[in-house]
Amino acid sequence: MTTIAAGRPVAARRRSSAFVGTIALLRLNLRRERLPLVLWVAGLAGIVMSTMASLAALVPTEADRVELATGLAVNPGMVVLLGHVQSTSMGGLISWRVGIADATLIALMAILTVVRRTRADEESGRTELLVSAVVGRGAPLAAALVTAGGACVVVGVLVAGSMIANGYPAAGSWAFGAALAGTGLVYGALAAVVAQLVENSRAATALTGAALAIGYAVRAVGDVNDRLSWLSWVSPQGWFSRTGAYAGNHFGVLGLSLAATAALTGIALWLLNNRDLGAGLLAVGLGPASSRSLRSPFALALRLQRTSLLSWTVGMVALGAVVGSIGADAGSLLADSPPKMVDIIRKLGGPGAIGDAFLGAMGAIVAMIAAGQAVSTALRLRSEETSGRLEPLLATAVDRRRWMAGHLLFVVFGPLLTLAAAGLVTGLVYGGRTGDLASGVSAGFQSVIVQWPAVLVLGAVAAAVFGVLPRFTGIAWGALGVAIVLGQFGTLFGLPRVLLDLSPFTHIPALPSAQMQWLPVTVLVVIAAALMGVGVVAFRRRDVG
Amino acid sequence: MSNAIDLSDVVKTFGPTRALDLLNLQVKTGEVHGFLGPNGAGKSTAIRVLLGLLRADSGRISLLGGNPWNDAVALHRRLAYVPGDVSLWPNLTGGEIIDLLGKLRGGLNTARRAELIERFELDPRRKSRTYSKGNRQKVAIVAALAADVELLILDEPTSGLDPLMESAFQNCINAAKDQGRTVLLSSHIMSEVEALCDRVSIIRSGRVMETGTLAELRHLTRTSISAEIDVIPADLRAIAGLHDLSIEGNRVRFSVDTDHLDGALQALTAGRVRTLSAAPPTLEELFLRHYDSARPAEPVVTR
Repeated sequence: MTTIAAGRPVAARRRSSAFVGTIALLRLNLRRERLPLVLWVAGLAGIVMSTMASLAALVPTEADRVELATGLAVNPGMVVLLGHVQSTSMGGLISWRVGIADATLIALMAILTVVRRTRADEESGRTELLVSAVVGRGAPLAAALVTAGGACVVVGVLVAGSMIANGYPAAGSWAFGAALAGTGLVYGALAAVVAQLVENSRAATALTGAALAIGYAVRAVGDVNDRLSWLSWVSPQGWFSRTGAYAGNHFGVLGLSLAATAALTGIALWLLNNRDLGAGLLAVGLGPASSRSLRSPFALALRLQRTSLLSWTVGMVALGAVVGSIGADAGSLLADSPPKMVDIIRKLGGPGAIGDAFLGAMGAIVAMIAAGQAVSTALRLRSEETSGRLEPLLATAVDRRRWMAGHLLFVVFGPLLTLAAAGLVTGLVYGGRTGDLASGVSAGFQSVIVQWPAVLVLGAVAAAVFGVLPRFTGIAWGALGVAIVLGQFGTLFGLPRVLLDLSPFTHIPALPSAQMQWLPVTVLVVIAAALMGVGVVAFRRRDVG
Repeated sequence: MSNAIDLSDVVKTFGPTRALDLLNLQVKTGEVHGFLGPNGAGKSTAIRVLLGLLRADSGRISLLGGNPWNDAVALHRRLAYVPGDVSLWPNLTGGEIIDLLGKLRGGLNTARRAELIERFELDPRRKSRTYSKGNRQKVAIVAALAADVELLILDEPTSGLDPLMESAFQNCINAAKDQGRTVLLSSHIMSEVEALCDRVSIIRSGRVMETGTLAELRHLTRTSISAEIDVIPADLRAIAGLHDLSIEGNRVRFSVDTDHLDGALQALTAGRVRTLSAAPPTLEELFLRHYDSARPAEPVVTR
């Protein structure tokens, strides 16, 4: 009997053994992702629940909701951010208000989780250790996808359950929850594909994150421009809208998400089976045998940060083009608005003012993305430390403060560069489309560049956390998350002013329509400088490692 | 200045663990000093304190006459360090990293750089993400040895090297010693320490248990004796320093403190020796004896 079992051809067993150990790895993932996933799931479901409560108080009657849907909701800025209102029922408005944002954030959770548990583990050599045990080749990928997908499904179920529990129609609630989860699944599977293609996890996260941003932008263009409405069929966030929760409940669209997820998963597995462990798609070539230019901590920081700086700049230029283009369309979109609304805006300063106001609102969004750049750039400090690469550097004649300053330069001037690029392109496209290039460029540039001090503060928070509480760098991302939630949902939830003031973005004047205010902007710069100072001093005084 | 490194009563705690527990370590200028201990004994912690990466809770620390925490930059110009676990920037080539570390240290000897790259058979054009552990270690070793510095601090530098490279490394350390450099070599490889080191400090649980030259440390070790003799001396048991005596017919086996070897041999010859075999003490034995958990962790005063 034993000889027969031992003699079974290996090829026949390969297929069935590819996923051996998936359950054990799933347990490992759940253990390792315990805290982040609980926070993500609670936050993502919590946003929907608190929106449910605040909207119910804000627009209790059908008349209120119709006014919102035909007034504020047709503002182009709102359409870009949230899409169209598809139903003036309470459920429809909740789905409109948080849907796209929550779907995008769920996707972000899935992307980060999948990359962390696939490429990042592989890069660090942990996967090698695991796969050397009785663990199939596909098991780490499968476990990562199940972990991330499971979290998406849990969010969907929590959302649907809490909506139903509060008396919203069951079909609409399930459509809502399922559409949210579906967006996460698609992007999680996309992350799995990208993680097979590129060799390092940072690039995998950046590329899939860029796809997520493109998905958002494509949907926004499709929503704003009627002739391009087909574009929302290209974007997973568009599929969320097309599901039409509480407004038709087109469960068929969910099939699209599931099919895309399955197809992407299949591609990821195929790629996995056709590459070496630790390798990407491109072979690594040879490089220079010596270096003249790498002669200072700054030169090293430049070398380490330049690729990401370049990618951020490209992304922000693309974003600027989209914002400028939509801004130019903003005036014409109002033609469909009720006369009352157009009248109010005319009184405020004519159609030009609508575009300007739109730019001001979008400036804040662009700034939050730049703040993401600032935080991730600053946290490079920590990844250099934990990887053990800092230790030999500091054993040379490099002062800790000088090393840190080399990276902080990129925290300070990196976002300045990307904001300037985004602002310039926004202005060029906006000015080019409206026909007044000079004032268009000025308006677009101002709207974005004025946000720099607020971006700086978040980068400085990351630097301070690195110095003072290096094990808790998540605080820096948390601070950015809080700033985004306060900025996007703060007024909606009717939060007190004191709380809103916590976000640096609250203090930035919405140029070009608002007046420039130098005082708050200067104070933000001073705060940022102080925080960075604290970070540097604390880092000088603490243990490295 | 006779001591390149002088640590006295250094304490470093991480939460509840006492990584360094009143550590004393003296390394004389110009010597190759072995720093021996099992994993987790505190070798790397002591080295990180010496490099000013960690701040000691208490104790006096002198490195090349300065304080490593306060004068880190100035002192680091005069030393080079090879970490135990070398991680490199994946997208830089080995050659770029060697040059970077050299420049940050204040310059490196390009002739020696070329010679070392050849000797260690390192391809400096490869991206470091494609290097094996041994090759990553070679990058750090070449960068350190190519620097004109007074002190080399090496934390288990050969743990990833093959025997051929290990011998190349030993030649380099001997050359460094001939040039008058001081070397602190942390290791758990006995043969390496025996081959290279003038003096050795043995660390356990954050304390240096013993320090001395290999000859001095052998005084604390025992020689194993096995002999066939015609008459078993009656007073054999009474001989000072004799341990584990067993007698089977005419065959005698025991181990004897190396200090008392002479007395034991005299007693044996009185009974007419037929055969005699003696196993010399090894560092392994010394090492094992000190890490035998049954023994109390008391420092042994040797000098």
